[in-house]
Amino acid sequence: MSRLHHGRAGSEAGSGAGSRAYRLVAAGAAAAIVVSGLTAVAGPAGAAASSGVTSTSVTIGATVPLTGPASPGYDEIAPAMNAVFGWVNAHGGVHGRKIRYVYLDDGYNPSVTATETRKLVLQNGVFATVGSLGTPTQTAVQSYLNAEKVPQLFVESGCNCWSNPRDPWTTGWQPPYTVDGKLLGAYIRSHFAGEKVGYLYQDDEFGQDVVKGLDMEIPRSQVVSRQTYDVATLAGPLSNQMAALQAAGAKVVVLATVPAATALALLPAALIGYKPQFVVDAVGADPPTVGPLLSSFTRKGGGSAALATAAVGLLDGMITNAYLPPENDASDPWIQVSKKLLADYAPSVWSTYGLDGNTEYGVALAYTFVQALQAAGRNLTRQGVMAAIAHSAKQFATPGLVPLSYSSSVHFGYEGGEIVQVSASAPPIVTPTGTFPGFTVLTPVERTSPGKGPVVASKGRESKPPAKLVRTA
Amino acid sequence: MRLFVDVTLSGVANGMVFASLALALVLVFRATNVVNFAQGAMGMLTTFIAFSVLEHGVGYWVAFAVALACGLVLGGAVQLLVIRPVQSRPPLNAVIVTFGLLILFEGIAGAVWGNSNRGFPAAFSQSGLTIGRTKVAFSHFDVFVVLAVTLLMTAMVALFRATTLGLRMRATAFAPDTARLLGVRVSRLLTLGWALASLAGSLAGLLVAPTTSFSPTFMDLVLVYAFTAAVVGGLHSPPGALVGGLVTGLALSYVGGYLGGALEPLGALALLVVVLMLRPEGLFGAPAARRV
Amino acid sequence: MPQDLPAAARVALLRALRRFRLPRLPLVRHLLLAVAGGVLLFVITLELSPFDNYELGQIAAYAIAIAGLSLLTGVNGQISLGHGAFMAVGAYTLAELQAHQSVNFVLQLLAATAVAAAAGLVIAVPATRLQGPYLAGMTLLLALALPSLSDRYSSFFGGDQGLPATAPGAPGSLDPQRWLAWLQILAALVVLVLLANLLDSRFGRAFRAVRDDEVAAATLGIHVARTKVTAFMVSAACAGLAGALVALSTGVVSTGEFPLSLSIFLLAGMVIGGAGTLMGAWWGAIAVVYLPNQWSQSLAGAFHLGHLVSANLAVIIFGAALVLVMLLAPAGIQGALRWAAGRLAAWAVAGRGGGNVSKQERQDGHDGAVPALGDGGRPDPIRSTGGRGGA
Repeated sequence: MSRLHHGRAGSEAGSGAGSRAYRLVAAGAAAAIVVSGLTAVAGPAGAAASSGVTSTSVTIGATVPLTGPASPGYDEIAPAMNAVFGWVNAHGGVHGRKIRYVYLDDGYNPSVTATETRKLVLQNGVFATVGSLGTPTQTAVQSYLNAEKVPQLFVESGCNCWSNPRDPWTTGWQPPYTVDGKLLGAYIRSHFAGEKVGYLYQDDEFGQDVVKGLDMEIPRSQVVSRQTYDVATLAGPLSNQMAALQAAGAKVVVLATVPAATALALLPAALIGYKPQFVVDAVGADPPTVGPLLSSFTRKGGGSAALATAAVGLLDGMITNAYLPPENDASDPWIQVSKKLLADYAPSVWSTYGLDGNTEYGVALAYTFVQALQAAGRNLTRQGVMAAIAHSAKQFATPGLVPLSYSSSVHFGYEGGEIVQVSASAPPIVTPTGTFPGFTVLTPVERTSPGKGPVVASKGRESKPPAKLVRTA
Repeated sequence: MRLFVDVTLSGVANGMVFASLALALVLVFRATNVVNFAQGAMGMLTTFIAFSVLEHGVGYWVAFAVALACGLVLGGAVQLLVIRPVQSRPPLNAVIVTFGLLILFEGIAGAVWGNSNRGFPAAFSQSGLTIGRTKVAFSHFDVFVVLAVTLLMTAMVALFRATTLGLRMRATAFAPDTARLLGVRVSRLLTLGWALASLAGSLAGLLVAPTTSFSPTFMDLVLVYAFTAAVVGGLHSPPGALVGGLVTGLALSYVGGYLGGALEPLGALALLVVVLMLRPEGLFGAPAARRV
Repeated sequence: MPQDLPAAARVALLRALRRFRLPRLPLVRHLLLAVAGGVLLFVITLELSPFDNYELGQIAAYAIAIAGLSLLTGVNGQISLGHGAFMAVGAYTLAELQAHQSVNFVLQLLAATAVAAAAGLVIAVPATRLQGPYLAGMTLLLALALPSLSDRYSSFFGGDQGLPATAPGAPGSLDPQRWLAWLQILAALVVLVLLANLLDSRFGRAFRAVRDDEVAAATLGIHVARTKVTAFMVSAACAGLAGALVALSTGVVSTGEFPLSLSIFLLAGMVIGGAGTLMGAWWGAIAVVYLPNQWSQSLAGAFHLGHLVSANLAVIIFGAALVLVMLLAPAGIQGALRWAAGRLAAWAVAGRGGGNVSKQERQDGHDGAVPALGDGGRPDPIRSTGGRGGA
């Protein structure tokens, strides 16, 4: 069971505005790419030297779970990233270099990650790993990659461990789980003041980090029950935990759960008729992911339909946090562009999954890397790309709701987002796998650090791709 | 108090499921002195078959019957094709074969149906019964679980105690050579024993799947809990499987409810150690169980 | 075809067989074989790429775990379905020592071995009180229980991130992968020499006697339960050391590295290589390292298998191999090789009009050879011609 996720979803088919926005952003990435590509061809063939880089290509790698219990959902991300790379390559590459993306299966087993990562470095000679997935898997190779001075970019996990002076070649990307917890906690503090709050969290780093953030914001006296579950033995409904939360009288229940556990918590709650306000960390709140788990109980043959209806009812009204634009926000140019990229350059991904939380994540992450490559300049080196991320990432145009916060000391990407609510009245999320309730936005965009600092309003990101890129197209 | 009642009730429901798989283990062990570690995986496979049948729009009870029938056939086929050839060798060889089958079946299920977690429908509502004015963690489906396993147990006991076929099977289990001399067709009865055990295992799969998310490995923990139950009950005794199942179900539910779900497998391990140290022959075993 | 070879070749082969004599003293003989193997592997590491050396080192580490399992099952007639858990115990012991103590590297490995042996003791004492499936069931339960333990006590186990495990730095400008492979190969050779001597000692004879007949063993004055516990502790110790050595390759110890499938792969590797033979552990280790990733992926690619099939191919192959090897060739690869060697020797002798090669055969198979798993002393087509007779 994996722990990243980012939940969220939503949107319907692109409108006419979609194709325009697509051109904007599509150009977005391409843009400088093509232009700089031209100059690169003419430029001096010197420098390069970093492994995996030639004058016409850059090879990057990743290890992701393509098989095993952690793979469903997460196996969509790397193929979705190739939509961006395919488009970039079709437009001449970045500074004339086409991106070759080698992703290998590690089945979410750290010892396999260790082997496959060495294969990427020693055999494939990758320039960097980009978008490798998982906390236990990537910590297993963190010190190896840093010792070899191979950039370990945009690890797909919200662990606090990616921003550590000891590992200068590592960066995270999605918000640290503690930031998730602080954003949700601040919302609960101001909107459910004095209400009894209960937690159900996964008893590992993911759950504990979310709770750390919650506890920074919610007064201790307000928290009446803290329940946990163990992901390794997660099998049956979390009935005991839900009974305990109900017995403690919690009116607001925060779930720091993976999608399967969210479903296994909602079901027994429906069973005992417990209807608190659910506040779910983004990891386990993606309706296209949680919905099928719940609705599979509605299958014909048995009286479980009532239960399923009740459980899906609990999904409605659920509050969560978001750091990428909701997929049911058809007016967002990044959403429109992501759909177009997937449809044109990753058609099998598009026809199987459409734009769900995972494919949106992949597109946004790949786009971030393209921006970094562009900023690193023509003379591409490993030091160069790290310096470009540290010094100019705040100006990168990406789909994230807040600007990237990378600096020489901070190696986290997005440190903020907005609070959203699943709502039956919002435009639904439509994917090839089904139609799911969409989101309405509850708060303006906010940001915070995983440390002691307060939750503050963020200026938000540019809602459109930069004008410069538009013109180049 | 509320928690205690709920935990106890879910312990009973889980215990009945453990009992039915434990019964399967006991039936095979009595007959062949082998614990069939693939018993859970066979139940998993038939549950997936039921799932596929349901996908084709057939009614629940048809799928249920198909799964049980497939269980019967699968059990007989496994015994005929891969267990009988190693039967003349020490039990260890058969144990390794069953372990091989365990992962072979899990691999096949993963290759055919995928490794992701799914939901499985229940025969009856899983909404908690209302007693007085409170809903308790015991549903119509749990009532069905208890009844189904009780029915299975009763049928098995009736078969063994009241029919000549059952008598022959018992004779085969306890003294195969003597039985053979008396004209009992031992090998055919062994096949039948495996088939019946596999039926019980399939029932366990169908009863577990709705209460959890099911996947190729969903019976792994159920199998070791059923093994614990069988050892508690004495490994040779069908009534022992029932009592062992309930003891194990309750013990694990209390561990999970009061100490945390993460400790349930460890609780089962502790239960095994305690039973083996204090009463190694189990609650229903003969005192001198050391067979050589 | 052997029949087509000139008679001179037969003569030469037979002469070579006659001349070639290993020392009679087991310790010296095992040491000589180990040194020869070590030199061969050393030369190989000089030729291999860093990544291949990394894999070779892992093969050596897994060979230790499989050799221990082989001793338990093939020699002593017990089975463990959860040896991955003991690898975890060893790996965590090493990591905890590195985190909190500054003890010598060799002592870290010894501690990993000792703690795993102690864990084996805890499991084996209750499980071996009765003859029966108790050990198998308890070890399976142990393998399934382990991951939840570390989540529950995450501060001790390092949680999701795990605990770092580092090998001593390579001297000079030596390639670190090659250096690590040397360490792992050296450890494997030392362990195999020790196990080979153990099997030649009175302990080895007691292990076999208990496997063949517990009652008879008891009447010979062998303490049956104690012997079984000892065998289990030795095999758990091997797994512990292997776990620590694999952790050096991985660099981090976390519970995700020790799923139930690891235990399954170890058992399958042991059976495929040949239960009860130490040499077979190498074949098994090669399968365990290469089959799940490289081979199954190439196979899936070559036959254009679907995503779901290729994802489960390794598990299917190992499962089918467990069943088929037990049904058709319980002595595994090593048994097949011995059979082939035996046939070759017999052919050479036959060419000279008969002769006795039994001594030769015995030495040929002398890597701690024992009868193929569980044939209970019955003649077996594979091993009655190869290897030496049953104990």
